[in-house]
Amino acid sequence: MPDATGLELTAHELREIDSRSILGTEFHRGRATLVVDPTQIKAVIQRLHARGYTFLASLHGVDYYPEEPRLGVLYELLDMTNVDRISVKARVTIDAPHIDSVTELFPGANFPEREVYDMFGVVFDGHPDLRRVLMPEDYEGHPQRRDFPIGGEPVLFTYNEEHNYGKWQ
Amino acid sequence: MEIKREPLGSPNDFRIRQLKARDMLRGDLDDKDLERYVEERVLTTTLEKAVAWGQGNSIYPLTFGLACCAIEMMAVVGARMDIARFGFEALRASPRQADLIILSGRVSMKMAPVIRRLYDQMLEPKWAISMGACCSSMGVFNNYALVPADKFMPVDVHVPGCPPRPEALAHGILRLRDKIHGRPREGWRERYNAVGTEELLPGDADLTSPQINVFQAGDTAGA
Amino acid sequence: MAIESDYRKREESITLSSEPVGDAETRELLSLNIGPHHPATHGVLRLVATLEGEIVRDIKPIVGYVHTGIEKTAEDKSYWKAIPVVERMDYLSYYFNAMAFCGAVETLLDVEVPPRAQYLRVIHLELNRIMSHLVWLGTGALDLGAISMFWYCFREREKILDLFEFSSGQRMHTRYFQIGGVMEDIPRGFTEKVRAFVKDMPTRADQYADLLEKNEIVLQRLRGTCPLDVDTLLSLQVTGPLLRAAGKPWDLRKAQPYSSYDHFDFKIPVGTVGDNYDRMRVRHAEIYESVKIISQALEGLPEGPHITTDRKIALPPRHELATSMEALIHHFKLVTEGFRVPPGEAYYPIEGPRGELGCFVRSDGSAKPARVHMRDPSFVNIQALAPMIRDNYLADLIATLAMLDPILGGIDR
Repeated sequence: MPDATGLELTAHELREIDSRSILGTEFHRGRATLVVDPTQIKAVIQRLHARGYTFLASLHGVDYYPEEPRLGVLYELLDMTNVDRISVKARVTIDAPHIDSVTELFPGANFPEREVYDMFGVVFDGHPDLRRVLMPEDYEGHPQRRDFPIGGEPVLFTYNEEHNYGKWQ
Repeated sequence: MEIKREPLGSPNDFRIRQLKARDMLRGDLDDKDLERYVEERVLTTTLEKAVAWGQGNSIYPLTFGLACCAIEMMAVVGARMDIARFGFEALRASPRQADLIILSGRVSMKMAPVIRRLYDQMLEPKWAISMGACCSSMGVFNNYALVPADKFMPVDVHVPGCPPRPEALAHGILRLRDKIHGRPREGWRERYNAVGTEELLPGDADLTSPQINVFQAGDTAGA
Repeated sequence: MAIESDYRKREESITLSSEPVGDAETRELLSLNIGPHHPATHGVLRLVATLEGEIVRDIKPIVGYVHTGIEKTAEDKSYWKAIPVVERMDYLSYYFNAMAFCGAVETLLDVEVPPRAQYLRVIHLELNRIMSHLVWLGTGALDLGAISMFWYCFREREKILDLFEFSSGQRMHTRYFQIGGVMEDIPRGFTEKVRAFVKDMPTRADQYADLLEKNEIVLQRLRGTCPLDVDTLLSLQVTGPLLRAAGKPWDLRKAQPYSSYDHFDFKIPVGTVGDNYDRMRVRHAEIYESVKIISQALEGLPEGPHITTDRKIALPPRHELATSMEALIHHFKLVTEGFRVPPGEAYYPIEGPRGELGCFVRSDGSAKPARVHMRDPSFVNIQALAPMIRDNYLADLIATLAMLDPILGGIDR
């Protein structure tokens, strides 16, 4: 992991190129995160790729429920030669959840981006095949948002057998 | 069917039986003796019972594994807890050829119509075992994504556990076999002669009468 | 007679020629659904294969048939209670799931795991790796037709499950790893049993090698089929034995050691070509390396506490509850509410039997995690199936799927 000064240096270099892209840096418990403007995400990831972070370890979404912008997409990048990890965070609002897809640079981001779309509703522009991957194709709603109910069935006992779903006849 | 143990005692018994057998083979036994001879040696039963005995002892399970319970189901088929000794060796991949579906694992919303279609493709008579907590009730994951198996198909035996040990699944399979034979094993109430522990549904009896000590569901006081 | 002449007429219309029907432009493509219920798909994986004759032109995996909403369920439970939920994800490597989650939470809490707990974790993790590879070998050989491998591998697996039952009480999904260490110290006799197993395992693995590695059928089906080079694999985010079989020696146990893996001396098996045969050999060789790690961990098992001594995170030992008031209060607080984790995000990657298994935990200061995400190796490895199988035979598809080792619980979560 780059330490805090390494993170600041990277952020500084990226800000040199394009000052609007990096919105901030976070360094917590040894993990370096760059907070990036979602419209610039592809450029930032490409620059980090050129800098050596050539492996996208994980792509996942987070719902920061009470704080706006609500939906965040996180990219965990790994530099295999220096064994260095850096995270990139891009936050989008729930009204306009669009972000560029990185599948051209990392073809392995196909399924993870579909999963983020399925679970959170973030639309990846430029993705070759954006469909639901885990839920049924015609499912409505995005389950992993914080305001989606967890659902479930009441447990079946003898006393509620009849008027709950009951035993199949 | 009773098994009577007779003391290996007097050599006369054995000699008498030998002589009787010799007479029967020669055709020398007459009516009543012949009838008694036949009754002692031949098993008579009804056709249904014979067919049920055959069905129960040679079930073809469907190779259907969903999640973690599938690994324990494979262990049941494996060498330590071997269900081949019960006759369940021929696991069939095609539902047309199988008569037992063991739902091993969590049934998600996407998979439920597929399982229903598989169950419909199986030919009568067919049975279903719901293995594990996830398909019997909702199990560990009581959430939007799972469907309990009782909701869309009839299940004969539920085996609890997460995952159930191979011994537990074998117990469930043997209970199913007893059910097929038509002699379901007695429940705990009969075995322990437990009186006064029957379940009363609202509407069955007068629940407020003082003779019946009713534990209302959801009631924790006095437990 | 009438039937015969009718038959003869029909027979004339069949031409038996050795030329292929049609030419390249007019060949038909057939979409074959290798459905969720299939004996060879290692779980409920649905593949839509586009076939041209016997050759697979394209394949599309459709997953989601065992999606359980584990990540959403884990948000609803306190940190301790989320461990068994998260464990059931990749159901063959349950200790690894628990390790990744506990590691992430320990990073957020900034708590130190005592060395004895780290060694115990390593022992159980490597035993689980051997068990996962045994199940893979048994079911993989079963797909190829070598049915007796299944029985042999499950015999060893039963021995490992006996060890797990001895240490934690449960065969699968043991919830042995706890945040801060392990739940309970190992009982007396555990080390002897593990030593006996470890002495036995290399001979068994040699027997499996004798059965499979020089077998003509295995060589014909696996050697040279579906290779994929390192660059394509890296761009597809593939890690684990698939990447190592292609030639890149990337293993997180060596690259970013966690839980005192750097104390042990072991090698990483690496293949050369990256075809199915290399994948099989790499996984098989990993069994020997895991055996080495376990014996070294047993030799050097340090004394000490098996869980962190921070009472705000780990339960105090039972005998203290009778004498100390703080212990009672800590116990009560931990059991009812659980501990609170300061807000932050952590991503903890470990080397699972199938690749990089990472756990991302976001905490918002309460007693329940705000987001748990497992980066599962099978979920990204399944994307490599399509490039591997293009322009190969349908039979190779079955062999490749067996060598790819997807676990649908991890893919669908």
